[in-house]
Amino acid sequence: MNTVSVQIIVNGTLYAKEIESRMTLVDFLRDELGLTGTHAGCEHGVCGACSILLNDEPIRSCCIFAVQADGMAVTTVEGLALGRGQLSKIQDAFCEKHALQCGYCTPGMLIACHDLIKHTPHPSAEEVREAISSNICRCTGYQQIVDAVLYATDPKGATHE
Amino acid sequence: MSNANFKYIGKHRRAVEHRRFVVGEGNFAADIHLRGMLHVAILASPYAHAKIKSIDGSAALAMPGVHTVITGADLFADTDAILPGVDAPLVKRYPMAIDIARYAGEWVAAVVADTRALAEDAVELLDVEYEVLDHVIDPEDALSPSSPLIHQAHGSNIIFKRKFTWGEVDQHFSECDHEISYRVRWSRNSTVPIETFAVACNWNDSTQIIDVWASIQMPKFPDQLAKALRLDGNAVRVHFDVDVGGSYGLKRGLKHSIVVAYLARKLNRPVRFVEDRLENMRGGDMQGPDRIFDVTLGFNSDGVIRSMRMRAVDDIGAYSGRSPLQLGKPVGAIIGPYRIQSVEYEAIAVMTNKTPQEAVRGFGQSPTNYAIETGVDKIARFLKLDRIEIRNKNLIGKDEFPYLIPSGTSYDSGDYETVLKKALNEAPLSELIAERDRLRQSGLLAGIGISTCLEPSGGNSSFEPLFNPKNVTTTWMDSCFIRIDLSGSITAIMGTSTSGQAHETLVSTVVGEILDRPPDDIRVLHADSLNALPSNSPVGSRMAIMLGGAAAGAAKKLRSKLLTIAAYSLAMSPEALEYCEGNFISKQDPTKKISWAELVEIAHRKFHELPPLLEPGLQEKFVWEVPTGGALPSADGRVQMYPCHSFEAHVLLASIDPETGIVKIYKYICGHDCGVMISPDVVHGMTYGGIAHGLGAALLEKFSFSDEGQLLSGTFMDYLLPSSHEVPAITIVDHCTPSPLTEFGQKGSGEAGYLGSPAAIASAVNDALAERNISINTLPMTPDAIWTALHEHELEA
Repeated sequence: MNTVSVQIIVNGTLYAKEIESRMTLVDFLRDELGLTGTHAGCEHGVCGACSILLNDEPIRSCCIFAVQADGMAVTTVEGLALGRGQLSKIQDAFCEKHALQCGYCTPGMLIACHDLIKHTPHPSAEEVREAISSNICRCTGYQQIVDAVLYATDPKGATHE
Repeated sequence: MSNANFKYIGKHRRAVEHRRFVVGEGNFAADIHLRGMLHVAILASPYAHAKIKSIDGSAALAMPGVHTVITGADLFADTDAILPGVDAPLVKRYPMAIDIARYAGEWVAAVVADTRALAEDAVELLDVEYEVLDHVIDPEDALSPSSPLIHQAHGSNIIFKRKFTWGEVDQHFSECDHEISYRVRWSRNSTVPIETFAVACNWNDSTQIIDVWASIQMPKFPDQLAKALRLDGNAVRVHFDVDVGGSYGLKRGLKHSIVVAYLARKLNRPVRFVEDRLENMRGGDMQGPDRIFDVTLGFNSDGVIRSMRMRAVDDIGAYSGRSPLQLGKPVGAIIGPYRIQSVEYEAIAVMTNKTPQEAVRGFGQSPTNYAIETGVDKIARFLKLDRIEIRNKNLIGKDEFPYLIPSGTSYDSGDYETVLKKALNEAPLSELIAERDRLRQSGLLAGIGISTCLEPSGGNSSFEPLFNPKNVTTTWMDSCFIRIDLSGSITAIMGTSTSGQAHETLVSTVVGEILDRPPDDIRVLHADSLNALPSNSPVGSRMAIMLGGAAAGAAKKLRSKLLTIAAYSLAMSPEALEYCEGNFISKQDPTKKISWAELVEIAHRKFHELPPLLEPGLQEKFVWEVPTGGALPSADGRVQMYPCHSFEAHVLLASIDPETGIVKIYKYICGHDCGVMISPDVVHGMTYGGIAHGLGAALLEKFSFSDEGQLLSGTFMDYLLPSSHEVPAITIVDHCTPSPLTEFGQKGSGEAGYLGSPAAIASAVNDALAERNISINTLPMTPDAIWTALHEHELEA
């Protein structure tokens, strides 16, 4: 069994681990670190449930080996809120607008929306749909996710697409 | 009854469940991690039909870290077969192939190792010798007496066949001015949740209990698991507090759970199996209805539809479970929302060498709705009548309820014409027509889609005795237990798991409404199966009705008990007291009152102040039978299926690019009446999601098989799920016709949207294609299928 040493910063904490070289990043997060907020959906890079930020860029954690993230910084859904007991603006908006049902795609959706807002603070409905188009949700039909992002990014408050 | 009469019901409220999901603290089955847990990998049959001559697991077993290898022979020896749903005892089904593999992907062996990766390595070392047998993939070929048999002992590939005749079908047809016959094909798709099936089990030798954490949504799952494992029911503890990552009817991993429980017991170690995507798509036994409908409608020149003959052949795949029953549930809405006076319905479930079929959102109703709606559009086209006009002519009127349909079900209430009108006004239709014409002028094909259909709700199991005389189940109760503790806090306990329907929100809203206490202060727990009251799980659009009804029932018993204590304490008659936010106040003299805290104190501590014979403490249960349930079918197969009937009217505008065959939807409106909505955000969410799911069925999703029986769409690159690009912005127009059968007037909505959107989208595509005088009668209408239809037409021209 080939093992390799990695040092990866996850949600601000440095983890040094000896892992199998073939371990994917999503398995590393879930099984090695116990951060089960990130979900595996298709494990071939289509559904987006496993999305995380790697050095602030959204990626599929199922399509990358953990060793490839050596020396880099990962943000998962557990790291989106500012602190314990708090919600980020987009997490809060997802709750308010019922932008989730079963919650399985939600971590990846939040990462996609978080990344959108960082680059486009006031997106249009079309821009939201574009940004989440690589994340599959089977529950919501996307409508309330779009509503939530518009709500979170509209300084005047509630909006509807 | 309108929402205005309620304090909490029908109001916007944040779902209780969301908080844990948005911070990544959900508790999914794949998140279960037990000390010393082992992992499973599966070897699947590469052939659609093959005899297993030998399995050599020695090389795999010799690998360090491998704990065991099991095959069908082990399960055959130590477990009982899974029941086939209908009366077909010789169609034996075990979690793994016994001697013969009957579809490509069927489980042949399992390896347990320290990690999943190691287990997969070991699977590579298994040596299986197969002898390939003749196979059959096409359901109509499988019906032929000369077809290879899937189950030799059963003697036929037909596992269920019955022709029902309800009413004077021959006479009505003879009286009709016209009849029209057509075939429609609903291709094999499924709900395809983003979470695959996962199960973890732990056996305890001392207690003799198997603990089960599974992503399950299945009626009577603990009982069936116990039976298969040859254990007493009280030796199986299913933890219903597992969050299920989407199901929509599908997550019935009984075979997965039998294998993992068997392994945990055999090895005396915790064991977990999480399907990968291909395992889920191919060998998870979770594909959906796969139907050929041959329909004849008899109608008059004015557009009035009199009678229907429908033959439905459903390809259930290689084994039977609940799947044949999916031809039975639509009996309860076999005439849709229309005044069709008589029906002949022949239901045929046939087996092929394909992945077995499982329950899918609507339990067979959406394909049936698509078959009926296609016919209504065809009649309109034949008579050159407007598709809305013909619907208005045939829709059951709002004053005709309760309406008894030919197959024996009574529709509870509705106002179909108004809902359709509201949807058309919202569009508005004139604008859709103008926009359609603009699109046509720009060189696109464009069409308007319409569908009107029902969502039977409050699911009971009347289809079981209808399709299996040996099954005499007439109750499908659900339950709730509520306790008020010494601190005055309320905890409600439900007995099943949740897969996105926000049941904690539902129950706390209902209990809050009845007890007039803030719902956000009410905790809702999912019991495990050993301390749960009976539940039949969230299938058949039943939980708003059944769990909501049970929660209301238990809360009312508690309120009544509080009143008894208050009246006794104040020495007043109960009628003289008014209830407000947990306190009782004299209607005559407001200074005479007793508070929630005082009542709780009396109930829990002061037996001497309790009315005589009253049980101490504050706890009540309520177990509710499905309203209108309780009866067996008549000899000619008439039965009251579900109690409540929600209605939906879909209207949309779509275009087709004739160069590519790609369909684009511009506007989508759904008029929806599910009675009183307890949680409007939840109802709307499920409706949006149902429409998106139906869009997939109509345009994209198909489990394709090669002639050799190999699944060709086992990944998300081949099995296409709708993204936010394909799903348009949707407008829902609410209407409320309360059900007279339920506590608050609620009806079900878990299948909303999905039941009418495939029909409506097909209607729009065929309206667009009508310009070229062609129509497509097979779903999904993929770009390839549409382009081919257009191209063939051009060639003919």
